[in-house]
Amino acid sequence: MTRSYERQNPAFYALILALVVMSVGPIYLMLTTSLRLNVDIMSDASALLFMPTLRNYETVLCNVLWYEPAHVGYCDPTFGRALGNSLIVALVSTGITLVVGCMAAYALVRFRFMGRGAMSMTTLMMRMVPPAVLLVPVFGIWTFQYHLDGTHAGIILVYVAMNLPFVIWILQSFIVQVPIQLEEAARIDGANAFQVFFLVVLPVIKPGLAAASIFTFRIAWNEFLIANALLDRSTRTVPVTIVNSLTEYDIDWGVIMATGMLLAVPPIIFTFVASKQIITGMTAGAVKG
Amino acid sequence: MTTTATMRRATPYMFLAPAAAIMIVGLLYPIGYMIYASFLDWNPSQRIGEADWVGLRNYVTLFHDASFRESVGVTLTFSAVVVVVEMVVGVGLALLLDRNIRGISVLRTLFILPMMIAPIVVGLMWRYMYHPTVGIFNQTLKGWGLDPIPWLSDSGWALTSIIIADIWQWTPFIFILALAALQSLPRSALEAARIDGASAWQQIIHIKLPLMMPVLVVTALLRLIDSFKVLEVILVMTNGGPGLSTEILSLRIARTASEFRELGEAAAMSNYLLLLLLALTIIMFVYNKIVESREQAIRQQAEEG
Repeated sequence: MTRSYERQNPAFYALILALVVMSVGPIYLMLTTSLRLNVDIMSDASALLFMPTLRNYETVLCNVLWYEPAHVGYCDPTFGRALGNSLIVALVSTGITLVVGCMAAYALVRFRFMGRGAMSMTTLMMRMVPPAVLLVPVFGIWTFQYHLDGTHAGIILVYVAMNLPFVIWILQSFIVQVPIQLEEAARIDGANAFQVFFLVVLPVIKPGLAAASIFTFRIAWNEFLIANALLDRSTRTVPVTIVNSLTEYDIDWGVIMATGMLLAVPPIIFTFVASKQIITGMTAGAVKG
Repeated sequence: MTTTATMRRATPYMFLAPAAAIMIVGLLYPIGYMIYASFLDWNPSQRIGEADWVGLRNYVTLFHDASFRESVGVTLTFSAVVVVVEMVVGVGLALLLDRNIRGISVLRTLFILPMMIAPIVVGLMWRYMYHPTVGIFNQTLKGWGLDPIPWLSDSGWALTSIIIADIWQWTPFIFILALAALQSLPRSALEAARIDGASAWQQIIHIKLPLMMPVLVVTALLRLIDSFKVLEVILVMTNGGPGLSTEILSLRIARTASEFRELGEAAAMSNYLLLLLLALTIIMFVYNKIVESREQAIRQQAEEG
């Protein structure tokens, strides 16, 4: 398809350039700061000319690197461990949310049954619950009743429950668009409900699944508040370690920006790889809301 | 035959069971638990059974608590300003950029980056940029020979500073939704207006905005609900300070629970917040229903006429 583009006046391009600089600028600033030593950051010397160095990253990742960085006197394993924890928690909770969520969404779209209205209403209502509201009960229940405090399973349960309503909501709007004839044809060929779902419906709604998994991963990967309340030293995730290392004075900006950058990299990669799906998911989630 | 019929009837429940179970264990039960806890005088070292029943005391205390009211005020100011500015800027940009230009998809990709990055990291970036001496804002001001601004350390400026950060992060959300709404408008209406000689402004005010209105209202409500959830960005930048100038409600709940160890009071606060959000969600839901039924009525009229 060839498209003709309208010619715009230069002021228009200037505006776009300004918008891009505004939205990407802070991220770029974080990247450059993470490549500088704290002495350079704190000195008043020219901000543009500096020798980029990976030392901050070496300091942060010292215990997972295959070599021992020469400049690191004492290796603090906190971050490397937290990175592992974050990966486990985010990946597992994304996986569970996705499987459970799309089954529920399918049932809500394709079947008429008792309790359907109540279920879809509850889903809608639960979507607005802020994490801060879950803080008190999660602390009490997970510690004293479920005995899941300080474990990966505990935090994964919270994230799955927190993300399910949103995922169900998004996937509903994708499943509605699957032509019903496709499913009927499979049924006539003798497939049962589960076969229809896994072999016919799921492959068709792949873009929806991509969007939903990115949103879920993002929440689980980025969440701080509940992780902070629930996890202990050995199971902490990255956001918790970042906030813990923030002190009032004398912050090592280079190192902390390097950690921030490492935390930001996976979502940034997803954005570039799947921006189309993200945008579709975002609009589907809002417009049908 | 009856077994297959039962099987068929059970199918939807089998699909739903895992989700329902997880949501009951991980969401509904905790919320019920919290409502119960809000009537207790409870601190974290006690089991819930040992806490004293105090009835509505937590709610009454909060109602008369000047600092709680200040925190409600901060929350409402923050949310109102943020939503209004983001709506105006976001919709404005969408109207401006709704053209056939090269690279619009790259542009959208860059714009959603701020939303995808962890709120903790967004807080870090802005805290660094607001830094009194090495931050880029004060460096620039110094370069122009102006006085530095105490972005985060002055109670008059702090709220403005966190509002700016939130606008940076979330205006793209409005922009993307508004752009999607604009591009799905019926071409025929716009075509007709252009043929009738409507100016660009007239098209925007009389045709585009009214047609987009349903989506815009829902977008604004969604953003409003989300703005009550903002917490980490502010926690990293100011932790509610200086004084109480940026202590929004979610942050206050978190601090009451973890620093002051008043779980009952934190639960009561959470309930106030939930009630507010519930009201907003219901408004959104009812609005959607009204729009739907109105559209249906119009369609019916069109078919009959």
